[in-house]
Amino acid sequence: MKPLVEKYLEKGFFLSTVLSASITIFILLFMVVFSLPLFKGGHIVHLLRLGWDPYHGSFGILPMVVGTGVIASIALLIATPFGIGCSALISIFPQGNFGKFLRKVVEFMTGAPTVIYGFVAIFLLVPFVREIFEKGTGMCVLSASMMLALLILPTIVLFLSDAFNSVPKGYLDAADALGATPAQKLIYIVIPSAWSGIISGMVLAAGRAVGDTLISLMIAGNALQIPGGLSDSARTLTAHIALIIASDYESPEFKSIFVCGLILFAFTALIVSVLRLLGHFETLRDR
Amino acid sequence: MKLAITVAFLCMATLLSTGSSYVAAGDLDRFSGQKGTIRIAGGTAHIPVMKEAAKRIMSMNPDIKITVAGGGSGVGVKQVGEGLVDIGNTGRKATDDEIRRYGLNMFEFAIDGIAVVVNPKNPVAKLKRQQTADIFSGKVTNWKELGWKDRGINVYTRDASSGTRKVFWKKALNKGKITNTANFVKSNGAMKSAISVDPYGIGYISVGHLDPTVRSVAIDGVPPTLENVRKGNYKIARGLYMNTGGVPAKLTKLFIEYILSKEGQGIVIEKGFIAVK
Repeated sequence: MKPLVEKYLEKGFFLSTVLSASITIFILLFMVVFSLPLFKGGHIVHLLRLGWDPYHGSFGILPMVVGTGVIASIALLIATPFGIGCSALISIFPQGNFGKFLRKVVEFMTGAPTVIYGFVAIFLLVPFVREIFEKGTGMCVLSASMMLALLILPTIVLFLSDAFNSVPKGYLDAADALGATPAQKLIYIVIPSAWSGIISGMVLAAGRAVGDTLISLMIAGNALQIPGGLSDSARTLTAHIALIIASDYESPEFKSIFVCGLILFAFTALIVSVLRLLGHFETLRDR
Repeated sequence: MKLAITVAFLCMATLLSTGSSYVAAGDLDRFSGQKGTIRIAGGTAHIPVMKEAAKRIMSMNPDIKITVAGGGSGVGVKQVGEGLVDIGNTGRKATDDEIRRYGLNMFEFAIDGIAVVVNPKNPVAKLKRQQTADIFSGKVTNWKELGWKDRGINVYTRDASSGTRKVFWKKALNKGKITNTANFVKSNGAMKSAISVDPYGIGYISVGHLDPTVRSVAIDGVPPTLENVRKGNYKIARGLYMNTGGVPAKLTKLFIEYILSKEGQGIVIEKGFIAVK
């Protein structure tokens, strides 16, 4: 027989789990219900195919879907190698107190408001990028991806350094005994055994990259085109919602943002499942 | 004794810092003894006038709190219609549909021009109206075609909620297309900062927001000066409106009266707009 307190605590924890899970599901349902009219009317094909031109009655969100995907993936691509490097310095090859100091800096970075990143980028990064490409405004896919990479870097680093810390010390000692260089240790021992930790870090980082609004709103340029290169302006789904939310409730523009939300939701779910799958396979092979 | 001196000093300092115009504040008298909150949101061209009026009212009457937010004209209509704010500003007339749906009352308090702006480094000083339309539609894409160097033109435009955009689109572009490569910014202020750091950019802002960080362009030979807007020579102009849902509440009504009073209209002129009274 369990003590009474424990029983109630158990119930309490169960309830809070159910509550937080159901809120997510309710939000999903809410968006499905509100975008239902668009699905029923067969407009969904148009939504995905055409461009966005509200004055001529076309409300396609394909450019935004592509924009979100491209910007978030490039950000992840930039941030991951940097993240692995930083975490290796923090956890595996600490140079005196430098590793600890670096970790403090990274922890501090998690708290930096995104609007500051966006603001600084407008004055420092954007003019620089504009002169590199010698075309466009500098508010482009590359600028936004670079700032997003900076934004998600702390998430990756904190996860990775914890994962690296959990690599059994015996493995590292064995590698040392075999005369492995630090680079070999990282590539052959640390990364394979911390794989699932790396994946978890990337999942969270990808979620943040897809979901961040302010950086892309401020420095991706918000142009209504499918970006054809790094120097092209693009608009993400989140920025699109922020730009359209102010329009009339009754207008088709406004209704289409529910579909945007839904696609954003699906996007995140897709990324999470693909990365989780990746993590799963790798650990299986190793065992 | 020391305390008395400090208090006297503080009083002096307050009087001095609030300026001489407040001492003879006949138009501010209407607020004496009033208390409460006025929430204002919407058009971003209006913000300088609203902020200055709010500052003057609040420094005379500590019991009155006035908040001023942006968002764009669309936000102004929507929020005032739903009772989220007391005054919703628009840089365009509310549409018939909006007036019917929300029972809006419009109060025009200033006239404003919309200027085409470029970076101060850009030597292109005048454009034909057709050229302007061609630039914004993406037909003309290089500054070389306008007599400057071989660099692409970066077009900036405003988001869907913007009244400035709606008026500019109607009166300057004849409801023509705006290119898909255009960058979107969210307020008059954001437009100004975007153009001020982009030597190859072109955009449009409220004449009241013009300052040396950007340079305005003459359209068909008419520069967008206050003089030209007032006389009607510069055609890309519009009224600035405050909107209330139904009949305004007491304090809100006083605020609108103040903006339309001599002192309020003085603020309008001071901030670079044209008074309506």
